[in-house]
Amino acid sequence: MFQAILFYFYAAILVAAALGVVFSRNPVHSIMLLVLAFFNSAILWLMAEAEFLAIVLVLVYVGAVMVLFLFVVMMLEVNIEAAKRGLIRYAPLAIAIALIMVVELVQLIWLRGQLAELPGVFVAYPEGYDNTKALGSVLYTEHVYAFEIAAVILLLAIVSAITLTMRKRPGLKVQKIAEQVAVRSEDRVRIVKMKSEKKS
Amino acid sequence: MIGLQHYLTLAAMLFVLSIAGIIVNRRNLILILMCIELMLLAVNFNFIAFSRYLGDDTGQVFVFFILTVAAAESAIGLAILVVLFRNRRSINVQELNTMKG
Amino acid sequence: MYNYYLTIVLAPLAAAIVAGLSGKQLRRAGAHWITILAVGLSFALSVFVLKHQVIDGGAVDNFYVYTWAVTDGLRMEVGFLVDRLTALMMVVVTFVSLMVHIYTIGYMRDDPGYERFFSYISLFTFSMLMLVMSNNFLQLFFGWEAVGLVSYLLIGFWYKRETAIVANLKAFLVNRVGDFGFILGIAAIVFMTNSLDYATVFASAESIAAQDIEVISGSPWNAMTVICILLFIGAMGKSAQAPLHVWLPDSMEGPTPISALIHAATMVTAGIFMVARMSPLYELSETALAVVIIIGAITAFFMGLVGIVQNDIKRVIAYSTLSQLGYMTVALGASAYSAAIFHLMTHAFFKALLFLAAGSVIIAMHHEQDIRKMGGIRKYMPITYWTALVGTLALIGFPGSSGFFSKDLLIEAVRDSHWHGQGAVYWIAYLSVLLGVFVTALYSFRLFFLVFHGEERMDDEIKSHLRETPWVITVPLVMLAVPSAIIGWYTVQPVLFGNYFGDAIAVAGNHDVLAKIGAGWHGSLSLVQHAVQTPVFWLAAGGALTAWFLYVKRPDIPATIKDKLSGLYNLLDRKYYFDDLYIKGFAAGGRAIGRTLSEKGDQFLIDGILVNGTANAVSRLAGVMRQLQTGYLYTYAFAMIIGLTMLLGWLIWLR
Repeated sequence: MFQAILFYFYAAILVAAALGVVFSRNPVHSIMLLVLAFFNSAILWLMAEAEFLAIVLVLVYVGAVMVLFLFVVMMLEVNIEAAKRGLIRYAPLAIAIALIMVVELVQLIWLRGQLAELPGVFVAYPEGYDNTKALGSVLYTEHVYAFEIAAVILLLAIVSAITLTMRKRPGLKVQKIAEQVAVRSEDRVRIVKMKSEKKS
Repeated sequence: MIGLQHYLTLAAMLFVLSIAGIIVNRRNLILILMCIELMLLAVNFNFIAFSRYLGDDTGQVFVFFILTVAAAESAIGLAILVVLFRNRRSINVQELNTMKG
Repeated sequence: MYNYYLTIVLAPLAAAIVAGLSGKQLRRAGAHWITILAVGLSFALSVFVLKHQVIDGGAVDNFYVYTWAVTDGLRMEVGFLVDRLTALMMVVVTFVSLMVHIYTIGYMRDDPGYERFFSYISLFTFSMLMLVMSNNFLQLFFGWEAVGLVSYLLIGFWYKRETAIVANLKAFLVNRVGDFGFILGIAAIVFMTNSLDYATVFASAESIAAQDIEVISGSPWNAMTVICILLFIGAMGKSAQAPLHVWLPDSMEGPTPISALIHAATMVTAGIFMVARMSPLYELSETALAVVIIIGAITAFFMGLVGIVQNDIKRVIAYSTLSQLGYMTVALGASAYSAAIFHLMTHAFFKALLFLAAGSVIIAMHHEQDIRKMGGIRKYMPITYWTALVGTLALIGFPGSSGFFSKDLLIEAVRDSHWHGQGAVYWIAYLSVLLGVFVTALYSFRLFFLVFHGEERMDDEIKSHLRETPWVITVPLVMLAVPSAIIGWYTVQPVLFGNYFGDAIAVAGNHDVLAKIGAGWHGSLSLVQHAVQTPVFWLAAGGALTAWFLYVKRPDIPATIKDKLSGLYNLLDRKYYFDDLYIKGFAAGGRAIGRTLSEKGDQFLIDGILVNGTANAVSRLAGVMRQLQTGYLYTYAFAMIIGLTMLLGWLIWLR
């Protein structure tokens, strides 16, 4: 019972935060509310006994990705008002589509679930179960190749992010030491023969 | 008792909200990226709920990978965004119609 | 004999190639000597072959030289069938050709295309020999088309003259109509017998005649009738029978030797020869024979009438040729194939003679061809005069001349061909040939009197140069005049009644009119003596006297008649409006259809609607579809979301 109260409480905060993310007029507010949403998600995942992922969510998302977002938004100093202008105009459409999907999903989850007479209850972990250890043992054995690929993807992200954003400034003055060392006199000095000038 | 359906419902609400967010914020690339993060979160909720319901840890491994890919995606996405902003002084999506034939 | 045959055929071809390709190196003398020698060789060997066939009683030679292709059991081969019919044709062709070769030396002396001309006429000799010596339909068709090609080249020999180009185009196109029928006929034969070989086809003639073909589905026709009529359509084109005759008068645009060689003596008789050669087939279809006789009768009579009003010396003879070809066709239709071939032979001599005489006059007149500007030439050109007189008498059938025997007996054969039913066909044919005699005499002597007698209507400039032509021209005239005068006397009995052709020509028992006439045959002398008792003689004499009266005695009358009967005169002068019909009807109609199809069918329907219309429809549709492709990322995302919604709905509610 207590658990249910906690679930509904955090779920309510999560939904509210998500609403805020979507409809906030200020991107910075959106990001802060998104951080809130991630925190609440982490709490809910903890309640579902997925402790490792909850911690990872906080560390990676809140700690890294969200900060990145915040950083970009502040750096780009986007014109907020202009960016938010279409909000009212498209709200009815958004609400309509959202309502349709809500109806569909609710029907899917509740009505079908009851028809199939699913228990809908989580499996209880045995005594001494360690979520991190269990995940690790699966991740590094069964899914080790996928894990390696994920590592490569991350590397790719790093490299591509750097290449995309790196630029050469035209006026920048840089020493090219290799060229300076390898230079020869013919490249630099030109001897011109000419007659001496005569006074006219 | 809180169970599978509660989590799924919550995930569905998050998902629908993020879709609405994409539609509503169609001009702002950063907000669209954020809505996509929110959408991925909803998907992760589903994975975790089912993983717990079925007692199979593979679902959580999948979430782990999704988090990885999502982090990479947002890094690249933001990098593109920065380049875009640098080139056009704007991130207004409505000006990005170079895909039009 | 094998080598003789090959030499006869190939010598003119070799000469044509040499003269044609290296004429400039050979110079004029080289060109005409090589071709004359080649054709002379062919002539000599042909005479030898004729002697071998007729006097020595040599066997019929039928053999293949070369197999060109075999496809699905159908053998396409080059081969020779030499029997008495072929031998006779070979002699006629090579003899006339030789005469024309010699004559050409004088006629074409100043022409820049001298070597080319000799090359062409040698090539023609080759083609014609291939045609007559063929033993299969493919080679026949080759010869048929090859002579057509040479004819085309020679009508347009003076290719800088617009009229010549139009005339050769006309000849080519009209012949295409005929050839279309001809090749359909050959195709029908192949369809029925799966063979191109004469002997095989003739052997299965009975079985062909027993079958029906449904050309138009639902109306079965006798297969033999269809084949024979189709083949005869080819003959109509080549032998210039109405209504495909229109090209022959215009072909007089070519040099006169050509008019003599190709368009009078040899090529135009190819159709006659072909029908005679196909006699085993024609005998089995009385319907086809009726068609042949009607077409021939119409041509014989009505083309002769046109000849009366023509003023171009060569055109008069050309219409005469048409008329005489009509006579031959009538004889074919009456199953008197021998008579047709006999007339063909005598006609070849005297018509070549007339043409060459006309050419002689034309040369002396400095290429003036209008007989209204001639007259009284007799005293300037005695040799030409006398030879032309011989030719004219032979043409009208003066008793004793070659034309007398052939034409008189031909008409008798028609008179006796009662098996065509007693109906209209018989009477049309008989009356046409009978009245045709009068017409022939009238236009022949009209021409003769206008050219050689009467007052001298040419201008003084020409008159001062008017003299007899050189020996290269007069010698062929004399050499043609001799057979024109006498050959009938000596050959009529063996050719018509002496079973000369043997198996080469087949005549069904009840069709054999010549046998009927032969029963009352008492020799050439008897026939000449009884000539005065026949209507033919009196009609010819009447025609000649009418011509004398109108054009020598009272030259003022023709103009009066022309005024009084202007309607008839115009009808004849415009050649029954055939040209107008073809030009305004078929040609203009064809162009109109073509233009309509081009504009409405091609440009509008195919290009406009189908091709460009498809492209435009795609383009327009794409224009609409393109509105969906805004290029905005969110549009695509939105589309995906809507798709997702719909997919979910389908999964939940509809499935």
